[in-house]
Amino acid sequence: MIEWREEGMVLAVRRHGESDAIVEALTRDHGRHAGVVRGGGGRRLAALMQPGAQLQFAWRARLEDHLGHYAVDAVRSRAGVLADPLALAGLTSVTSLLSFVLPEREAQPGLYEATMTVADLIEHGGHWPLAYLRWEMGLIDRLGFGLDLSRCAVTGSREDLAYVSPRTGRAVSRAGAGGWADRLLPLPLCMLGQGPAVPAEIVAGLRVTGHVLGTRLAPSLGDRPIPAARDRLVARLSRPA
Amino acid sequence: MSDGSDRIQALIDLMARLPGLGPRSARRAVLHLIKKRGALMRPLAQAMLDVADDARECLVCGNVGTDEICAICRSDKRATGEICVVEDVADLWAMERAGVFRGRYHVLGGTLSALDAVGPDELRIPRLESRIAEDGITEVILALGATVDGQTTAHYISDRLAGREGLSVTSLAQGVPVGGELDYLDDGTIGAALRARRAL
Repeated sequence: MIEWREEGMVLAVRRHGESDAIVEALTRDHGRHAGVVRGGGGRRLAALMQPGAQLQFAWRARLEDHLGHYAVDAVRSRAGVLADPLALAGLTSVTSLLSFVLPEREAQPGLYEATMTVADLIEHGGHWPLAYLRWEMGLIDRLGFGLDLSRCAVTGSREDLAYVSPRTGRAVSRAGAGGWADRLLPLPLCMLGQGPAVPAEIVAGLRVTGHVLGTRLAPSLGDRPIPAARDRLVARLSRPA
Repeated sequence: MSDGSDRIQALIDLMARLPGLGPRSARRAVLHLIKKRGALMRPLAQAMLDVADDARECLVCGNVGTDEICAICRSDKRATGEICVVEDVADLWAMERAGVFRGRYHVLGGTLSALDAVGPDELRIPRLESRIAEDGITEVILALGATVDGQTTAHYISDRLAGREGLSVTSLAQGVPVGGELDYLDDGTIGAALRARRAL
């Protein structure tokens, strides 16, 4: 029997039969990993079987490539976000994006830490949208579609970077853009770690990462649309305060 | 089956597909029905045939009944200006069992779900909006589950209905259930209960 025990976050839950559930979790050492939770479709475990909940997972299977079974124990539920529409949109965007893009059973210790940080910020309120944007930038970077915002792709300059090429994901300066500016994505300063991260800047940043997710990453995953939960987050952040 | 016909086995197989029943309990149920053939099995079969022929969704609210418009939607006494929005017919029946709500219902037919790719177009949200406009509704009570999908749907509907004059959108309270002890509650429920505290 193969088994391991690790803390992780619930990404997705699907009913399995009458009373069980297949739970997809993000763990530090086993990445996105699924398993059957006996009774996971029932009332007793309902509070734990929610995306975003932090649980202790004990996975057991006869062979390594089997789906296996999880025994779960509560660490904390993160249910506080349910009453806050923006926080709920943020947390569901995190869990559904991870479920959408991550390969199964590949250890992601860096991403796990970054995800715990952003999930905790979302749960406890405060100014988390910039942290979320940076988390998305880190996510696409780890998956090999990272942006190169270090210098202008045309002139090589590090000054006055104002756009991102939608094709290459590289920064372009105002001078380098010339007459092509209207075909480039605006680069908000908050993506360079400069200036105030006002909601409009965050949304502009999410348009850049969303473009990469939709046009470069999604096609490599079978061309499914990126999760609607992310669209709902962007729509909510786009509203005037 | 070792001691019976294929038709009895076929009945057991069908019964075993019902929620709450497995092959063993289906076998017991079928044996019981056979023993009570006249008193139970024939009336049950007739009732199932009748419902199979007549059951339909209410054209107004989505409740399940045998008429085009269900009794709740037909009753003038239920025209209180309140609509209770529920996820499923089972939730509507649960509310009716409680007997505390005297308005009308709207069954969404599910919740927004990223995993199952259920979007607003798959739910009866546009029909809810038209009912609010047509029926002079003054309060929409969102009675959706305290789950991530349920509350995402509640916030989504609340946003869609925001700004309508004379309409208030409310949701069920969350917290300590009747008979519940704090020691046995999860941290999320305790947190929700504390946030929803009220003066005594």
